Amino acid sequence: MEINELIVEKIKNFSPNAIEETSDFRSDFSLVIKKDELLKVAEFLKADPDLLFVQCKDVTAIDWAKRKNRFTTVYHIYSFKLNKILRLKVNLGEEPQVDSVVSVWQSANWYERETWDMYGIKFLNHPDLRRMYMPEQFEYHPLRKDFPVMGIPGSIPLPSGPQKD
Amino acid sequence: MIDVHNDEKLLKALFEQDTDITIEDALENEMVINMGPQHPATHGVLRLLLRLDGETVMSIVPELGYLHRGYEKMAESMSFNEYIPHTDRLDYTATMCNNVAYVLAVEKLAGIEVPTRATYIRMIIAEISRIMGHLVAIGTFAMDVGAVTMVLWSFREREIIQNIFDRLAGARFTTSYTRVGGVASDMDDVAIEMTHGMLKDIEDALFEYEKLLNSNRIFVDRLEGVGILTKEKAIDLGITGPNLRGSGVQYDVRRAKPYMFYDKMDFEVPVYNEGDCLARYFVRVDEVKESIKIIRQCLNQMPKGEIIINSPKKVLSHKAEIYTKMEELIHDFMLINFGIHPPEGDVFFSVENPKGELGFYIVSNGTGHPWKMKIRSPSFCNLQAIETICKGQMISDIVAIVGSLDPVMGEADK
Repeated sequence: MEINELIVEKIKNFSPNAIEETSDFRSDFSLVIKKDELLKVAEFLKADPDLLFVQCKDVTAIDWAKRKNRFTTVYHIYSFKLNKILRLKVNLGEEPQVDSVVSVWQSANWYERETWDMYGIKFLNHPDLRRMYMPEQFEYHPLRKDFPVMGIPGSIPLPSGPQKD
Repeated sequence: MIDVHNDEKLLKALFEQDTDITIEDALENEMVINMGPQHPATHGVLRLLLRLDGETVMSIVPELGYLHRGYEKMAESMSFNEYIPHTDRLDYTATMCNNVAYVLAVEKLAGIEVPTRATYIRMIIAEISRIMGHLVAIGTFAMDVGAVTMVLWSFREREIIQNIFDRLAGARFTTSYTRVGGVASDMDDVAIEMTHGMLKDIEDALFEYEKLLNSNRIFVDRLEGVGILTKEKAIDLGITGPNLRGSGVQYDVRRAKPYMFYDKMDFEVPVYNEGDCLARYFVRVDEVKESIKIIRQCLNQMPKGEIIINSPKKVLSHKAEIYTKMEELIHDFMLINFGIHPPEGDVFFSVENPKGELGFYIVSNGTGHPWKMKIRSPSFCNLQAIETICKGQMISDIVAIVGSLDPVMGEADK
């Protein structure tokens, strides 16, 4: 597809080593970006007059459990100009942390908070990295594969029921 | 044992927000007010922490998670068919839309074609539940700002729609009507007759609503110019749906990336440029009218035929076939026990829901369960705008703003 080639070429001109891998599955185009280059590429994709990916639709992560790079963060960004959803992926190494993209897309604020809550991935330079859903003192990250579906007994105190005499 | 009632970080976030609001006679003491999670105007269990100077909101921190049921975690241990009933519980004011969105995402992943009649039925039910969702939105919004009549009127019309769902799916509220590969039961002549009648009723009712609200001075004065969200801010904050179109962006997934047969339909995308609470209300009313148009076209164009595709390896067969044919029986057993085995890969599929753009991001590793499923819920994203909109507004307008953004907490908390 032409748009896909245009995007890849533009990024390669901007930063030759940023793209690790491209894939096109069921006409969903996705790019694997180098961890250190993410913020620069994000800024470029938003600002470039031919691309204008101005809206960040979603940020999430995948826990691969047994792979060497356990976590992958996934970003879905949208360009009104090209009418195109682009997926960016970043493979995280030993430490689950990556640069925050809130400075580029403000909407990423809550999405990254949710991802931190659910996967325990630290977003560096995030303005307000609190938990989104779980209580602040909760010590686990529920969407990690090592967290059981039934939950961990005693991890959240239950409300005390009606008193029996 | 942890203390779940510790709000230290929440308060810290509230006081650390930069406020560049200047008030003429600022009071010396600021006040912190906790609104919700049990407040009737928060549409569920949304909790807002407000820092006030007099009656002006200096900063606001929303707190979510009171209805968090972990649907994304549950999806990882369920087969694709098993999960359909859970999509009802996302946006519970427009259940059928979620059903349709989910199965479309799974079909995109597994590469399943759907019969034409089934697609038309899906479009009809999606649009009917869009009307249903907007009726709740308009009714409760008007009630929040004082017009209690509206909620009674709009729920009266909702009842008619629920009767149609009862006929189609056997349930009025938790429908779970769609199946991977089609829909659960055919739309018979009675249901079509009921739909025609419902459209007529809704049109009459809309005329009444507009007579009650549009020239109502209290309603209009209360909302005009309140809670303005500019175009650039709306895009930057990831707002979608009627809230985005109320801010002057002509973006509708049905037009931008047509799915099902929306490219064949003749309808407008209503857009208002003001970006205030009143504009968001007008967008919703106009969308109901457009939905009526779409349903009429669908009913006229809908052909006769199958409602679920005959492909026993991926799609559950009809019961009569399972009882009489060997192959169908085997595959039914395999599908129920081990699930559909889509190819390895990941897809993102989004549709236009009454609240905005609902997207499913499914990662498959080739087994019967999704490896990961992320729900991009529109209410969650739209709620993010509260911090921006509410700063500098009066405390009584918060109720109007939350009502106009129309969040459904079942979806925001997942």
